[in-house]
Amino acid sequence: MRIVEPQSGEEAAEILRCANEDGAAVIPRGGGTKSDWGNPPARTDVMLSTARLNRVTEHAWADLTVTVEAGCTIAELQRTLAQHGQRLAVDPLWPDKATVGGVLSANDSGVLRLRYGGLRDLVIGVTLALADGTLAQSGGKVVKNVAGYDLSKLVTGAFGTLGVIISATFRLHPLPKHTQTVTATVPDLGAMQQLLSKILDAQLVPAAVQVRVGSGAPHIDVLFEGTEEGINFQVDRLRGMTTLVESDNEVWARLDASAKISVLPAKIAETLDGLEGYAVVEATGIGWLQAGRLPELREKIERVGGSLVMMRPFPGMDAWGNTAQNNGGGGLALMRSIKKHFDPRGILNPGVFVGGI
Amino acid sequence: MAFLDELRNILGPDGLISTSEEVRTYECDGLTNFRVKPIAVVLPTSTEQVQAVLRICHRERIPFVARGSGTGLSGGALPVTGGIVISLAKMNRILEVDLPNQRVVVEPGVINLNVTVRVSPDGYFYAPDPSSQSVCSIGGNVAENAGGAHCLKYGFTTTHVLGMDVVLPDGTLAHFGSKTLDAPGYDLAGVFVGSEGTLGVATKVTLRIVKKPECVQTLLAAFDTTNQAGAAVSDIIKAGMLPAAIEMMDNLAIQAAEAAVHANYPNCGGLLLVELDGPVAEVDTLIAQVSAICRENGAGEVRVAQTEEERAVVWKGRKAAFAAVGRISPNYIVQDGVIPRTALPKILSEMDKLASEWGLRVANVFHAGDGNLHPLVLYDRRIEGQEHAAERLAERILELCIEMGGSITGEHGVGEEKKHMMGKMFAEPDLATMQKLRCAFDPLSLANPTKVFPRPRLCGETPGEYKPHPLETAGIAERF
Repeated sequence: MRIVEPQSGEEAAEILRCANEDGAAVIPRGGGTKSDWGNPPARTDVMLSTARLNRVTEHAWADLTVTVEAGCTIAELQRTLAQHGQRLAVDPLWPDKATVGGVLSANDSGVLRLRYGGLRDLVIGVTLALADGTLAQSGGKVVKNVAGYDLSKLVTGAFGTLGVIISATFRLHPLPKHTQTVTATVPDLGAMQQLLSKILDAQLVPAAVQVRVGSGAPHIDVLFEGTEEGINFQVDRLRGMTTLVESDNEVWARLDASAKISVLPAKIAETLDGLEGYAVVEATGIGWLQAGRLPELREKIERVGGSLVMMRPFPGMDAWGNTAQNNGGGGLALMRSIKKHFDPRGILNPGVFVGGI
Repeated sequence: MAFLDELRNILGPDGLISTSEEVRTYECDGLTNFRVKPIAVVLPTSTEQVQAVLRICHRERIPFVARGSGTGLSGGALPVTGGIVISLAKMNRILEVDLPNQRVVVEPGVINLNVTVRVSPDGYFYAPDPSSQSVCSIGGNVAENAGGAHCLKYGFTTTHVLGMDVVLPDGTLAHFGSKTLDAPGYDLAGVFVGSEGTLGVATKVTLRIVKKPECVQTLLAAFDTTNQAGAAVSDIIKAGMLPAAIEMMDNLAIQAAEAAVHANYPNCGGLLLVELDGPVAEVDTLIAQVSAICRENGAGEVRVAQTEEERAVVWKGRKAAFAAVGRISPNYIVQDGVIPRTALPKILSEMDKLASEWGLRVANVFHAGDGNLHPLVLYDRRIEGQEHAAERLAERILELCIEMGGSITGEHGVGEEKKHMMGKMFAEPDLATMQKLRCAFDPLSLANPTKVFPRPRLCGETPGEYKPHPLETAGIAERF
């Protein structure tokens, strides 16, 4: 496999145009942290690395936006933003290596999503290189903008199968002045679900909430951000519901999981009942598993409309499961049609995505 | 016409409007200077009926325009010549309220405010709040990706739509997204929201609802100039705050709002309306900071609405501002543009200059927190040349927005009104790429076909050299 490292969007587009003419399969690569996610590519001829597309192009700090090239790591981006007391409000896996393009393509938002929305809500513009060598922009550099189709959302989570992300513009948030994490330990899953529902139904505004479930008693972690007064007030309120201990940031360390699940928030306990292994599930219903018997668990989750996606190859299991197929109707056919219009010769990450896309 | 009989069979006599008199009600939306009479209007009551209608349209190559309450301000629901209008007004049921998961499933004709009314007793609300929320429909909100004053903190419609059922232009039913997040596959719900009716017809929408904040405080600050008010906004943002809403009005807009609803606004050059919400202790701390920032930037009067009634009046004035301008000018154009917030003083002085050069007045209402401007260009149609000058000025304002790195629309959509501006905001490859998406959904260009894009392009057509499309050769379609 040949490795190419374009220095500009134009170069990347030209590489794609040539590969497309030859019918050569192109594997886009950022930090290489998530190359096990999705199904293995059917063909691999050229690896297109974004390593040299790594600049923060424009941090318009007074407007709370940033434009950054796809190969910039999340950690580097956050360092730059922190100079003006700001951040991109996501906490993806392996920030030292993971790149903006990779994190967007794999849609890895993290626990802050509860309060700040996911990547799809924070990305406000992208520049894409398409298989036919087109270099195109969508969205813009302002937070509020409804002109034209929102292709930023189309490529978020598309695993590089529609085009290569060259750069992206994001809405930013101020770094919190104060933060505090508190943890409750509950006797069992039933108590966990009850307390979780109570927290979400209270008028609290946590930045993140997650449950940790393993062999012992389940834990619920709650992260508050804001003013000292606001945090103390909310922690007191929470103390009225349960016994709390203060925790450090370690509890938010992302789990190097073998599968990602998405379930309804009120169904977390039911989903984890009988789990053989360890799980961290965010209050949004997105969870991360290091566990056995995944095929059975997938069946159980899909039956109630959720999904289980593999993050490591597992013999005999499709990475994506059957949600798209189960949903029925023309959804999957439409996805195939979109793929065909953007990448008619199927050179971009062939076979990696849902339904063999 | 035979297909009209077929439609009548599907929809029943109450579901089809085809007399010239009756279809007139549907000849425009909230942007009344464009009018086209549709061949017929259908009022389906179920997803199956929408499917059946679209299958006929597909077979007969009849273009269609979906319509909610018709409050749009860019002509998105303007009928197209030779086409039908599909009104979703009768599909107005709230199908499911799922409080434990904070989800509500609705039909597209449900009125925005009715979602909040339904979940309010349980302490929840639906966050997107366009000024027309008491009459506009969720389906229309989805088409336009509607915003509102509180989207600064809570996000636009797209953030609050998790899934939907969509009838594609060939009549196929497709499910986008899910009640759970991150359903495997492309984010079809993400691209559909804001596509202005050009990709299909949504017939069921899963919404996210939000817990009402414990405390809401609304502060009014009166400045001599909009520049001072703008500087205060910058300092609020710099202090690391994210208020629920930051709105600004200039003197003309204040006068109009006062004349219409007596909001008891201070008479000043630049009025800021800042709303903070959240836990009591947090809001108390922040509102004190905001007051201090406003005073530091020269606010003469700073006042916090003390009761729920006072708050309601303050917002009524703001939300009525567009209509209120009718009190101070016989005619006016509502514009919708976006700039990076920091360019506010610059664009205001440019607008002032242009307005006085052309002998016009411009009233300004902004969502100041996110740089979304709503300049209202006032004119009198009876004065020769003023209407044309007003249109030119409104367009020039959008050009300034583009030059300053902004957008031609923040929430009203491109529709019919601004499609000729798309080529100024986007380059040809950008538009061609959007066209790929459209062709994947609607290869025959039947869904609201003449909107959003500057020049309708048939699918399969490449820009540049003229090649007749197969449909064109066969006499089925023609170029505009």
